[in-house]
Amino acid sequence: MIRKVVRYLDERAGAAPLLRKALRYVFPDHWSFLLGEVALYCFVVLVGTGIYLTFFFEPSTLDTVYHGSYRPLQGLHMSEAYKSVVNISFSVKAGLLLRQTHHWAANVFVAAVILHLLRIFFTGAFRKPRTLTYFIGLTMLLLTLLEGYLGYSMVDDLLSGMGLAIGYAVALSLPFIGANLAALLWNGPYPGGHDFISRIYIAHVLVLPIAIGTLLTMHLVLVAARHHTQFTPRSERKVVGVPTFPGQTPRSIALTLWTAAVLFLLGGLIQINPIWLWGPYHVGDATNGAQPDWYLGWLIGGLRLVPGFDWTIGNYTLVPNPFWGGALFPLVVFAFLYLYPWLERKVTGDNAWHHVLDRPRDRPWRTAIGMAMLTWIVFVFIAGSADRALVDFGVSYVKQIWVYRVLVWVLPVVVLFVTKRVCEELLAGEKVESERRAAERAALLDTAG
Amino acid sequence: MRWLLVIAVALALPPAALADPPPSGIVHPSAPPGTPLVELGYQLYAGNCSSCHGSKGEGVPKLGAVEGAGDVPGAGPSLRSVGALSADFYLRTGYMPLDDPGHQPHRSRVLFSNHEIEAMVAYVASLGNGPPVPKPHPERGNVAEGLHLFTSHCAGCHQVVARGGYVTGGVAPPLSNSTAVQIAEAVRVGPYLMPTFSPHAISDRQLDSIIAYVAYAKHPDDRGGWSIGRLGPVPEGLVTWWIAIVALVASCLVLAGRLKS
Repeated sequence: MIRKVVRYLDERAGAAPLLRKALRYVFPDHWSFLLGEVALYCFVVLVGTGIYLTFFFEPSTLDTVYHGSYRPLQGLHMSEAYKSVVNISFSVKAGLLLRQTHHWAANVFVAAVILHLLRIFFTGAFRKPRTLTYFIGLTMLLLTLLEGYLGYSMVDDLLSGMGLAIGYAVALSLPFIGANLAALLWNGPYPGGHDFISRIYIAHVLVLPIAIGTLLTMHLVLVAARHHTQFTPRSERKVVGVPTFPGQTPRSIALTLWTAAVLFLLGGLIQINPIWLWGPYHVGDATNGAQPDWYLGWLIGGLRLVPGFDWTIGNYTLVPNPFWGGALFPLVVFAFLYLYPWLERKVTGDNAWHHVLDRPRDRPWRTAIGMAMLTWIVFVFIAGSADRALVDFGVSYVKQIWVYRVLVWVLPVVVLFVTKRVCEELLAGEKVESERRAAERAALLDTAG
Repeated sequence: MRWLLVIAVALALPPAALADPPPSGIVHPSAPPGTPLVELGYQLYAGNCSSCHGSKGEGVPKLGAVEGAGDVPGAGPSLRSVGALSADFYLRTGYMPLDDPGHQPHRSRVLFSNHEIEAMVAYVASLGNGPPVPKPHPERGNVAEGLHLFTSHCAGCHQVVARGGYVTGGVAPPLSNSTAVQIAEAVRVGPYLMPTFSPHAISDRQLDSIIAYVAYAKHPDDRGGWSIGRLGPVPEGLVTWWIAIVALVASCLVLAGRLKS
């Protein structure tokens, strides 16, 4: 029976040779190679839950009055968009479960992508011949951050509105083009024209998912075409691991189920973005301590840490303040990530192909620079929640901001040198160890001889 | 425990406390039963409040400009027309007495008995024509209207679910322990950095709705599971990394390890 089906398909698709090759593809046998897969399965959950949510979401800012089942909102004016999400949460079958799972999946997706990126960076997997795969991955990360921001924004609850107000301010702060660009995107001054929400809706459910899906396909095709990298053996020409079938397939299926299980458990058991508590947004409303989802927390930290100043010429403001933390900071981080492979090639003069990965200690400078960069971003990120540290732990806010302003520059330098030193010491230790072994072997041979 | 000792010492001392109030600590004059409320209030005031608010509630304008009672340097506003409303608020929240006139008052243990507070409130009320202690009726309020009003007037500092937050120069406290009367008082008083809202800005009827909402926000509808503080993205990010990512990295380790063996 199976044979018949396979033959039917093969005669019409001619896919047997390709399939055989695919089934024999050798996967490396190290846990860190599974991080990218976790991200992939999060994306699958995101698309699945997202499709269900589109059945009920209403991308409209038209004013309406709520008369649904949740009493504390009854009789309030709100947008159709916000009302539809309240209905998803309280009336639609499994709506709240899928909405929460969607949101958790987004949070976990970006976290998994970043862990995957760290593995790629610190093992040198971005080097020739995989630089293109790396660039596509970075572009996906960039689009994912935007995708997450738009999802957060289009619900039109209090946090959405404040998030968009900050986004609008950052867009305005771009030198020269800011005002026109913001007017173009928002179709008028904040909060924008009625079509603004349809724009971000189309971007969130169509344009960006298709862009990310396309890049994802290219990413995976390139990974297969260039083949996975190897931790062992210490030869550029051998491939060790497990075949797609029967080795990798059960592993991937299990990981898919694990990922989905974790995300749905979170969606069912832990509240996320309870928009019925935040209430609808009206221009001018605000809540203290509003925060973006964690993956944009580094930008809020950046905005908070930059001292208050503008670049002005006479009465003309050349660079408004939000530019530094909200635009220049992420620009520098992504420029670093995109340029690093080229930078490393220039400095080391290493233009060779690399299929075997480095351990982080094998390249002290790369590891040190990466750790310094990471420290920089993480501390700006932590500074973004300084207000919670004040309210919950009573640490003076102003003092915190000043401490972070110093730490953010000092710690990366410290981490840079400490990391480099640790890597070098580890290598030196290994060298001593291997010399000792060689000497012992030689001594053993001598006595035997 | 130290304040207990202070009280014990103060109680052991005869009404001399009134004549020469100790510079620090809480004074509890032992008035004979039947003393008029205002009289007891005056004794308590003289012992505990006059250093900063002046011996007759006229205020001490600047730190060190005029020595307060007991020669303690202090500074505080006049209480001549603040009325029972203000006195009741500051004493029942434990905002007063304040350890340092420069500090933001915060909710703390109330160091006076109910009777003593009533006495001091009566004394402060007798100083001028201030407003009385309000009598809010949150049961007449509407939670939905309250959310709307709270969002436009209060959430910018107190956070939309009344969990508190940072404002330039101070902390907007969480409202989880505020009583209906205290909320009504705070809105009219505007303690520390908080603006004062007149009945023109927020009517008594609207105030009832706001109080109803704050009461609701203490235990709101928590569908969706564990509420992790109702603060939004900060605890959500912590759960993402410390629960989800830990679980998923562990599963990667298990899956890769199992295959090896």
